[in-house]
Amino acid sequence: MQRLGDFKLPHFFNYPPYFTLQPIRETREKQVQLWKELILDYCRTQKIFVIGLEEEFPLFSNPVIERSLSHEAKEAFLSALVSEGRAEWMDRGHKRCLILWLRIQDWADCILRFAKDNGLEDTVMTVEEIRSGIESRGTELHGMDRTVLMRALKLLEQKGKVAIFKGASTDDEGVKFSL
Amino acid sequence: MAGRWLLEAQLTGSGRPVLHPGEVECYTLSSVDIICEEKPNFPPFRSGVLILTTHRILWIDGTNKSGAAAIPLGAVNHIYSPSKSIKTMFGKSKVRLQVSATADGRIDERGSTAIVIALVLRGKSDLDSFYSRLRDAWSSRSWEASSSNPGRSDSRENSSGFFEGSSGVRMAGVSGILRKEQEMWESTDKSLQEAFQDLNALMSKAKEMVMLAEKMRLKLLSGSTSFGNATNDEEAGSNQEMQDWLLSVGIVSPVTKESAGALYHQQLSRQLADFVRIPLERAGGMIALIDVYCLFNRARGTELISPEDLLQACAIWEKFDVPVMLRKFDSGVMVIQNKSHSDEEVLAKIKSIVLKSEALKNGISPSDAAIALGIAPLMAKEHLLTAESKGLLCRDISPEGFRFYINLFKDIDPNNIYL
Repeated sequence: MQRLGDFKLPHFFNYPPYFTLQPIRETREKQVQLWKELILDYCRTQKIFVIGLEEEFPLFSNPVIERSLSHEAKEAFLSALVSEGRAEWMDRGHKRCLILWLRIQDWADCILRFAKDNGLEDTVMTVEEIRSGIESRGTELHGMDRTVLMRALKLLEQKGKVAIFKGASTDDEGVKFSL
Repeated sequence: MAGRWLLEAQLTGSGRPVLHPGEVECYTLSSVDIICEEKPNFPPFRSGVLILTTHRILWIDGTNKSGAAAIPLGAVNHIYSPSKSIKTMFGKSKVRLQVSATADGRIDERGSTAIVIALVLRGKSDLDSFYSRLRDAWSSRSWEASSSNPGRSDSRENSSGFFEGSSGVRMAGVSGILRKEQEMWESTDKSLQEAFQDLNALMSKAKEMVMLAEKMRLKLLSGSTSFGNATNDEEAGSNQEMQDWLLSVGIVSPVTKESAGALYHQQLSRQLADFVRIPLERAGGMIALIDVYCLFNRARGTELISPEDLLQACAIWEKFDVPVMLRKFDSGVMVIQNKSHSDEEVLAKIKSIVLKSEALKNGISPSDAAIALGIAPLMAKEHLLTAESKGLLCRDISPEGFRFYINLFKDIDPNNIYL
C-alpha cells in the first residue's frame, strides 16, 4: 500500500483519471465524493487545518504515475467540501481553505468534554493552554488551529458555557468554564 | 403501372434513375402527367418527376418508389411545337409527341403504328426551355451513337497483326503501330480542342473525357509495371496520386441547378445518397461530412456544390427512405453514417480494447483506438467521447496527451476505500 508519510493511501490513488476533473456528471459526482473523503481523512490524521491552493500539497499529486490536480480541480473539490459545511474559504479569491474535519460544533463538544474530564468547572485556563498545555496532550485539542479554537469557544460563549476575557498578558486570552 | 404502355425504368435504392452507359441527364421537371388523349384506357401517369436524358424521357412516381417508366427517344417520331394560346398561358402547358407503338398500344421503337401522347406540365416550369432541350436531345440521337460504337472500335484493336487506319491504309509492323499511335494522339488533341471551345459540346464530350481518363489510367498502370523495379519511390508515389485522381472522375451525369431547377436539392440529395455508399463502406460505416464534401465535389468535376447545398441535401434525407443519415456529435463534428450503424457494437468493441492489460495500465489514445477499430482518428475520438458520456470510459489529461481508461469509479465503494 502506498503511503504519504505515515498516511495509507487508497488503491485508486494510482488511477490516472482520478487526477483529471471528469466532465460526465455521474462520474464527476463519484470522483468528488472520493476526493472529499480523502482530503478530510488526510487532514484529520495529519492535523492539517489550512490548504493553500497555490502551495504544494502532497495529497494533490502522485509522482508515481506523474499526475497532479489542476487548479480548477483543486478548487472544485474544496468547494464541494465548503458546500457541505466541512470547509470554509478564507479569502474571496479562493486561495486558502480552512478544513473543518471536525465541525465547529464538534470542536465545541470536544472542549466541553475536555473540561469535564479535567475538572475545569469554574476554573480559568488560557487559550494557549487549551491547545498546547499538558492536559491537552493526547486529545484532539492538542495542536489545533487557533482560529478554529476561538470560533469554537465563541460558540460556547453564546451558549453560556464559557466566558472569554482578556488575560493579564496582552497577547493571550483566558477562558472561564461554567458547565 | 408502366408495363403495358411504357417501358419500365430501373431506379437505385435512393430513387434515382439507373442510367444507361453514355446516358446524360438534361432536364428535370416536377408534377408532370403523361396522358394519351386518343386512347381512353391509357392509364394516367399523374404528377410525377420527369427527367429528360440524352436517351430517354423518364417518369418517376413521386409517391411509389417502384413506379418508374421510360419513353425511349428513339420511339419519338415527331414533337409538336407547343401552341401559344390564351389556354396555354393561364392553364397547364402541354407538349405533344407522336411515338411509335405496337398494335396493342405499347410504346416501342419498332412499333408498327403511332399514337400521340401529351406531357402535361402542371408545376412551375419553363415550357419553352424544356421544349428546346427536348428537341436538342431528340435530334442529337445520342442513343444510336453509344450502341454502335463500342463494337466497332473493339474489333479494330483486337486484330492481331494488321491495323486498319482510319484513312484505310494497311499498316504493318512497328511503323504501323507508330502511325496508329500518332493518329490516336491527333484525334485526342482535336477532341480536347473541340471540347474546350464550347461548353455545351464539353457536356456531350463528357463521356469521351471519362473514357480518356480511363485509358490514361490503364496506361499508367501498365507503364509502371513494365519498367520493373527501376522506378524510384517518388515516381511511384506520383503515379499513385495520378491514378487516384483519375479514379475519382466517376460521375458522367452531374445533377445541376440548371437541369433540375427547383428540384435541385431533391435530386442532389438522392445522388449524394447513392454516391456516399462506397466511401462509407471503405471508411468503416462512418465518414466525416467534410470528407464527403471533398470526395463528392471531386467526383463531380465541374458544377461543384457549396457546403450549404451539401447540408441541405443531407437534411432532405429525412423525407426519403435512404439507408444513410446525417449525425451531429456533441463536439459539433458532423458525420454521415449508415442507418444500420450500431453504437452498441462500437461500444462493445471499445470495451474489449480498453480492458486489455496494456490499456488497463496506460489507457488508450484516440489514435490507438483508430488503429484498433480501423477508422479515422477523428471518428475514433468521437466514439471514445460517446463511450465516456455513457459512463464506460473516463478521461486522463496530462502533458502526455488525452487518453481514456475504463471507468473504475463506479466500482469503488466510498465506504471502503482503504482495502
